[in-house]
Amino acid sequence: MSEKNTDETPVVRMVNITKHFPGVLANDSVDLTLHRGEVLALLGENGAGKSTLMNMLVGLYRPDSGEIFVKGKMAEINSPQDSMALGIGMIHQEFMLVGNMTVAENIILGMKDLPFVPPMADIKAKITELSKRYGLQVYPDKVIQDLSVGEQQRVEILKLLYRGADILILDEPTAVLTPGEARDLNEILKKMLAEGKSAIFITHKMDEVMEFSHTVQVLRRGKSVSSCPTNTIKRVQDLANMMVGRDILFSLDRGPYKPTDVMVEARDITVLPIGGGKPVLDKVSFSIRGGEIFGIAGVAGNGQQQLTEALTGLLRVDSGTILLNGKDMTNKTPLQVIKSGVSHIPADRGRMGVVGDMSVGDNLSMKKYRTQELSSHSVINKSWVRKFADHLIDVFTIKTPSQDTSVKFLSGGNIQKTILAREIDSCGGILIAVYPSRGLDVGATEAVRQNLIKQRDKGNAVLLVSEELEELLMVADKIAVMFEGRIMDIVDADKASTERLGMLMAGVEREDV
Amino acid sequence: MRLGLEKRDYRSTRMTVLVPIVSLLISFLLGAIVLAISNVNPLQTYGAMLKGAFGSQTKIQYTIAKTIPLLLCGLAVGIAFRLKFWNIGAEGQYVAGVIGITWVMQFWTFLPNMLLLPVGMLIGVLCGAFWGGIPGALKAQWSVDETLTTLMMNYIIIGYAEYLYINAWKAPRGNMGTVRYPEFAWLPRIWGRVHSGIYFALILVVILWFVLYKTRWGFELNMIGKNRRAAQCQGVSIKRNIILAMLVSGGIAGLAGVIDSAAVTHQLTKGVNSGYGFTGIIIAWMSGLNPFVSIMVALIMAALETGSDALQLMKLPAAMGEVMQGLILIPLLAGSIFTEYKLVTHTSHKEATV
Repeated sequence: MSEKNTDETPVVRMVNITKHFPGVLANDSVDLTLHRGEVLALLGENGAGKSTLMNMLVGLYRPDSGEIFVKGKMAEINSPQDSMALGIGMIHQEFMLVGNMTVAENIILGMKDLPFVPPMADIKAKITELSKRYGLQVYPDKVIQDLSVGEQQRVEILKLLYRGADILILDEPTAVLTPGEARDLNEILKKMLAEGKSAIFITHKMDEVMEFSHTVQVLRRGKSVSSCPTNTIKRVQDLANMMVGRDILFSLDRGPYKPTDVMVEARDITVLPIGGGKPVLDKVSFSIRGGEIFGIAGVAGNGQQQLTEALTGLLRVDSGTILLNGKDMTNKTPLQVIKSGVSHIPADRGRMGVVGDMSVGDNLSMKKYRTQELSSHSVINKSWVRKFADHLIDVFTIKTPSQDTSVKFLSGGNIQKTILAREIDSCGGILIAVYPSRGLDVGATEAVRQNLIKQRDKGNAVLLVSEELEELLMVADKIAVMFEGRIMDIVDADKASTERLGMLMAGVEREDV
Repeated sequence: MRLGLEKRDYRSTRMTVLVPIVSLLISFLLGAIVLAISNVNPLQTYGAMLKGAFGSQTKIQYTIAKTIPLLLCGLAVGIAFRLKFWNIGAEGQYVAGVIGITWVMQFWTFLPNMLLLPVGMLIGVLCGAFWGGIPGALKAQWSVDETLTTLMMNYIIIGYAEYLYINAWKAPRGNMGTVRYPEFAWLPRIWGRVHSGIYFALILVVILWFVLYKTRWGFELNMIGKNRRAAQCQGVSIKRNIILAMLVSGGIAGLAGVIDSAAVTHQLTKGVNSGYGFTGIIIAWMSGLNPFVSIMVALIMAALETGSDALQLMKLPAAMGEVMQGLILIPLLAGSIFTEYKLVTHTSHKEATV
């Protein structure tokens, strides 16, 4: 990227910022400086304090001590409105959009200085103008829930641009994007920088740091451990080490590939959308053997989630057959599927994986509470649960103050470890993992992958849905590519190339076409 | 300096105790203003209300007798609320219970005397369960919004009850009300007006506490209430549990009606839609869905009702009683925010948390 411009006062300067949460020092005397036209990558593991630091910049939290200067002036940021007035806007990991309203309505939502009846024609014209200027293709009249995740992100960016933001904070913006969409985002960012805007980019992906940023600042356990121009970084490994504070293994231990009997078999699974139209799943067939990790690649929204929901009994199929451990489990209830030996690590951790308001211990026992191991005669034995939960917390190294802490207070990685612990512990031969490492830091990602491989080496059948080809190539034995509800092809992982898989993900049927 | 609210990381136990006390004080202050405007001495009035609720043995008995159906209704509503199923139909389920027991008392005369009361109570409870089960099934099967169905079904059953006591089941003498239940089938009194229904209520508190906090089913209800989708992923059947919880909820509301008619009114007549079911919503909410706390809350609500009768002695209109009740409730409900949130003052440079 182009050289940054450092000849003026920084647009943002955070000095000596400290923030406590009960039991955690989230930020410990952190300094941060952002210049005009600069992209700063904020790198760190989950729970390193990146989001906390940024939330203070946009007024969602208040620092316990420290000062914030915006464009040279000391700033008092008490609310997102205050930060917006200073030109600072943040795009959160979870988008703040209203699903059943249009793009234009979402963009003006919450704006204070609008007339009682907003002049929609003018607003739409301005949106179109902005989207042309920055190459953000969005139609103002489209309803949010009909948009892809990438498009929704563009709406979020537009929302900030519309309000005149010139300092953009993006919280792991590429976590939900396809490689193509990520490239588009890079282009959009470049155009904005050329206009004198600046950006802070929260991430834990090294390649993005190298590709997107001018400056990289690394946070570890609430402290800033390094801040330097990106082009002075020689090896990616150095960044990774700074981030986790130890050498990490990039290769995983795995035993030889020894497939056994077929444990999961899907025959012509078809799911039609409510209200008609193109099938969501179109005659999907495959089989998974014991001792095998079956990867499913594809851009999110091509039927992967529906497929796993059909397999786990959460979604009814319109036709086709599902055999699990040899038994016909087509359209059986989730409980019946669980009892046939299936464990499920769902795509949406917070909404499907855990009950945030319940304790870690309760969440860990959510599969086994109904078994003799944790209850007798319908009464749950609390002391058994305590012992059981402590054991899992120990084995899976879940970082939590105690097992009585509500799960919602844990970091993303530890929430995922909680789910992993519960599902692996109760696994009866089949493990279905959907985007299990999405949004996790290096350490937690490694733990997740190693655990999946452990299940495979034990002879279990593992279905892994992932957006990251790298992950699939590293972990899976076979890779199926899904596109628009169909399986394009199934290839052996050791014979697959990124290019070939990429073509399949884009819906290109044969190499010779 | 600015004030703001920040969500607490843990539910504050100190606040759980402090909030009701402070709220109650604020309520009395607010009430005092209204009373002063009405040209009465607030202190005297409060004194009269307290006397009206607890001033003599008979008054205490009255208050306790009122606590029983209120407590049961609070428990009934609380079960549904655990699932975030907004059952505002306890009133109707209560009336269904009264209709059920009255039907048995009127027409099942072939039963041996001994069996009339137990069978009547059972049928009443089943009627309540049935009336609660319908919206439950509608919700489970077709996601019909329960706030509307439960509310509307109140009016259906209240109207039907009216038809019964004015028309179909009217006693030969008088212009409304059924024939009284035979005296051997009344629920016996144990202390003045306090009747044996109190045993049912208290035992139910213990049973519900055990079921909700100790059993698999309670665990499932908790999961569903806090994250329906996650519960479903864990194999918990949402449909089955909604219907089940509504059968239990309706059954308990029905039991409230059954007990009150078997012990107090001894007939189906005007006033059967006593408002207990609606007050039950407030009780469930204020008790934080905890059965044991419900006892206290139900007692306070009952005391407010009996106590406000005394206002008429102060030459105040009867409606003033309801004004007082409302004034006492609002700060309590508003105050509950402080158990979940804390007040933060934003000053320049430094800030203090309260």
